[in-house]
Amino acid sequence: MEAKPKLYYFCGRGRMESVRWLLAAAGVEFEEEFLETREQYEKLQKDGRLLFDQVPLVEIDGMRLTQTRAILSYLAAKYNLYGKDLKERARIDMYTDGTLDLMIMIASVPFKPPEEKEENYALIVKRAKTRYFPVFEKILKDHGEAFLVGNQLSWADIQLLEAILMVEELSPSVLSDFPLLQAFKTRISNIPTIKKFLQPGSQRKPPPDDHYVKVVRDVLKF
Amino acid sequence: MAGKPVLHHFNGRGRMECIRWLLAAAGVEFEEKFIECPEDLEKLRKDGKLMFEQVPMVEIDGMMLVQTRAILNYIATKYDLYGKDVKERALIDMYTEGIIDLSEMIGQLVLCPPDQKEAKISLIKDRTKNRYLHAFEKVLKGHGQDYLVGNRLTRVDIHLLELLLYVEELDSSLLAPFPQLKALKSRLSSLPNVKKFLQPGSQRKPPLDAKQIEEARKIFKF
Repeated sequence: MEAKPKLYYFCGRGRMESVRWLLAAAGVEFEEEFLETREQYEKLQKDGRLLFDQVPLVEIDGMRLTQTRAILSYLAAKYNLYGKDLKERARIDMYTDGTLDLMIMIASVPFKPPEEKEENYALIVKRAKTRYFPVFEKILKDHGEAFLVGNQLSWADIQLLEAILMVEELSPSVLSDFPLLQAFKTRISNIPTIKKFLQPGSQRKPPPDDHYVKVVRDVLKF
Repeated sequence: MAGKPVLHHFNGRGRMECIRWLLAAAGVEFEEKFIECPEDLEKLRKDGKLMFEQVPMVEIDGMMLVQTRAILNYIATKYDLYGKDVKERALIDMYTEGIIDLSEMIGQLVLCPPDQKEAKISLIKDRTKNRYLHAFEKVLKGHGQDYLVGNRLTRVDIHLLELLLYVEELDSSLLAPFPQLKALKSRLSSLPNVKKFLQPGSQRKPPLDAKQIEEARKIFKF
């Protein structure tokens, strides 16, 4: 029997949250080791487990995978969430890269000067409403299917749901002009594995707070 | 016969250069349409050719691909430069992401305010030596093979060669402590397609000068 994947990261969303979402959606149980001290991080480095001295780190199938996109691509392929052919993969890559850009913007804000917070979040909401969400609304409208690519659930759908929920935390009415995305959100949220992940007690992490920022700064020394 | 891929970008390295490298290494001829004024970019946007309003965009096989990584992934798969299986792909992706991170740091130096430049350069040199080149030297030393992954040429060798050339442009002494990397660089530079691309008159782009940065600023408004 296969060992469970093991995730090494802080106890918070950051760059690991998309990985948690993908594993959860695929119905894959995973373990987590949370980085809380500098010593833990230095031990991972000394043990040679961090290729570029960075987390996220996921130990899976005998590999020590770092780099968020490398991890996500591997999982998407392994759990059949990467489309059926090269062209579908290209579309999934395009869509996920866009939403990942947006989510990394959100994850970075707590680490920027606090006086810029309002402005940064406002820019993110604006980008979501004018650059990203209209694109996905149109994709759904044009093909009329339930999922973004190839009429079946893929990494692109899971990540778009994650992005929608994150932006809604910043601006609850952000989907008001996007009826198809509203329906999409409901539909994907009701998929059993995802519904479970959305419930309290799952491994989903809350938005970053001051404590989280402090731990990250202390561990990574910046 | 399928038409040649068409690359849409401004006439400079930017985020298109790694794509030019990969196509060249794969021996694929390509055309370029340069964005030379704000109106060029506006037209592409109005014509709905840029999914997220951004370049790079590559017209290939009936698609208009955007997002650098999506484009690279597609080309690498199509021309069999992406390893032989999912695990090799994971390694290639992991290494590639590190290369992209360092390349972006170097590429953004031109935008750095003069008073911060020295500190930035110092950080880049430190990361180059102690994080990235160190990691790749270790990979090569570890398996003793001629290429980074799977004992044959893959995309990541090309990405690394490109990076090594930028590192040299920054400070040629940075490569000195890394014999495996120097040997890899020589080896790759001798491959016929690569050798051709390295010669004057190819579609390889030079570093940006101040005038080009000004022009890019006007077009892309940053």
